Amino acid sequence: MSAGAPPLSGPPKPQAKALNCPKCGAAIVLRSFGQAETVVCGSCHSILDAKDPSLAILQQFEIKTSDIRPLIPLGTRGKLRGTDYEVIGFQRRSTKVDGITYCWHEYVLFNPYKGVRYLSEYNGHWNDISICKTLPSVDSAFLNSPGASADYLGESYKHFQTSDANTDFVLGEFPWQVRVGEHAAVTDFVHPPRVLSSEKLDKEVTWSIGEYMYGQEIWDAFKLPGTPPEPMGVYENQPSPVTTSVTRIWVAFAAFAVFLLGLMAGFNMRAKKEPVFHETYHYNRAESKGEASFVTDVFELTGHPSTVEVKTHAPVDNHWIYVNYALINQDTEQAWDFGREVSYYHGYDSDGSWSEGQQNDAVVIASVPPGHYYLRIEPEADASLPGIPYTVDVTHDVPVFGIYGIAFLALLMPVVIISFRAYTFERSRWSESDHPPMQLSSMSGGSEDDE
Amino acid sequence: MTQPVANCPNCGAKIVFRWSSSVQTVCEFCKSILVRIDLDLKKVGQVADLPPDSSPIQINSEGRYGNKAFVVVGRILYEYDQGGWNEWHVMMNDGTSAWLSDAQGEYALSLSSKTQNLPAVAQVHIGQQFTWSNQRYTVSVITPAHYRGLEGELPFQYWDKTDVTFVDLRTESAKFATLDYSDPEPALYLGEFVEFDDLKLKNLRGFEGW
Repeated sequence: MSAGAPPLSGPPKPQAKALNCPKCGAAIVLRSFGQAETVVCGSCHSILDAKDPSLAILQQFEIKTSDIRPLIPLGTRGKLRGTDYEVIGFQRRSTKVDGITYCWHEYVLFNPYKGVRYLSEYNGHWNDISICKTLPSVDSAFLNSPGASADYLGESYKHFQTSDANTDFVLGEFPWQVRVGEHAAVTDFVHPPRVLSSEKLDKEVTWSIGEYMYGQEIWDAFKLPGTPPEPMGVYENQPSPVTTSVTRIWVAFAAFAVFLLGLMAGFNMRAKKEPVFHETYHYNRAESKGEASFVTDVFELTGHPSTVEVKTHAPVDNHWIYVNYALINQDTEQAWDFGREVSYYHGYDSDGSWSEGQQNDAVVIASVPPGHYYLRIEPEADASLPGIPYTVDVTHDVPVFGIYGIAFLALLMPVVIISFRAYTFERSRWSESDHPPMQLSSMSGGSEDDE
Repeated sequence: MTQPVANCPNCGAKIVFRWSSSVQTVCEFCKSILVRIDLDLKKVGQVADLPPDSSPIQINSEGRYGNKAFVVVGRILYEYDQGGWNEWHVMMNDGTSAWLSDAQGEYALSLSSKTQNLPAVAQVHIGQQFTWSNQRYTVSVITPAHYRGLEGELPFQYWDKTDVTFVDLRTESAKFATLDYSDPEPALYLGEFVEFDDLKLKNLRGFEGW
């Protein structure tokens, strides 16, 4: 129905009314077909009675600066949520918090069939606002306490801020009796991307519901030239860049961790852990002149390519031994070279007892094909060691847990980063509220003691 | 449907009742307020010129509410300090009558309730709660309004009113209630807010440029 009505024979169609300001004579257009209560002259800023055929002057206000200009000029039409709207009014409002004045702008949008709705803009953050038809429920006893909330259409909105909004500047048409200097108590409850606001003027409370919009959406809707102002900071109902719920991400992560554990347990059970070689040798410094390498007996690895674990044990005691190994395939002569150190040191110092290293070492070689293998071993040792026994154990097909740790960390990292981003975003949001996060509130909390 | 035909006792113009239960109508030509007494029409008053319309609804506009079709047959126009609104008297295709209110683009449909023991206007205050038909209603606004005029057919006699108090009650759903203190005996209307698009209105007033 937004396109208009079928042609009618009958009374002439209502038209936008062109009048003149009784104060300065400037042209005034009434765009809302009699729905406006007040209209403000764009030249002399007289607030006029839009219901009065001669536009009686209701109030005049001085403006200190002439550069309060609507970003969307009055009379501009745009399509919002499928309906054409025309900008008919504009006001600047402000509130003072801790001696600092914050200003925002509100636009009155009109469609003769759908009535009015509003846009608000604060530091490049926009909201599409309409008056609530249903009543939010709010426990007013807890208003202003950090846990205060309001329920609206089955959703819970958290109390964000209560402030005193002053009307500073008005332009165009308003469907209510607008006056410069008028104060209203505004309470905002947020459930991003929506904000539920109550505005209390005298005794009457008006509830409105707003939804966050990006400047570019406004620019596209009203086909405005140039680019919208860059939003500054985080706005009370701005949707978090973390679009999915952090809790859900952690639940998914936990599920994956359980899956990894299951996988680990499964592979652990499936692993043969088959001992294929065990031998104890004796290192003797006197005998090992120059080349001290030797080869072991051949052992067989059967089945599919799998892991091979080589364990070295030596009863070192404030010594080290170092073993150069080569695992050699007798059939293909493919070799894996690796050196392992076994060292164990301990003692006492001013901090008490200490120790470093241990008497066992283990290393896992991945993807060793089946076949006949032997080890070439070349031990070296601490110069102070005349000789020491050492044991070599080879186990085929052992489970490897390292990759699970890597997978776990690889997944944990983005989860932590996302959580941190969500946390810092929410922190910036709430630092502007009546309930700033812990650190900030404890800073301002100090003044309560003085009262 | 029977459409009783009579002549205006003032100007002789043909008067057609679109709704057989209408009690009162306004002559389209001479704007006389006519009350039906048995088979006769009696002039009881005169409608002054109505202010220019801002509503897209007019007499003979048609629409739908749920699975019922309706046609607009009359209205009462009120004003208050923040504007005006219309109570359009609509006739449903099942023969019942209802009210479609239109306040600056906010549409609501309500039906007269037979509830007894309604509170006196002096006893009502904002925030007060009432339960009617198992629904809790909260008083949101008390509006001192001014009767501005009439058009078409009404289900009761209503003319020459001056100041009228309305009490609006809202709920946590789209349901609402209105207490009408036009007469010594208060009247209760129960209804719900409706979306313009859902009413599927036809035969609307056009607006230049829209």
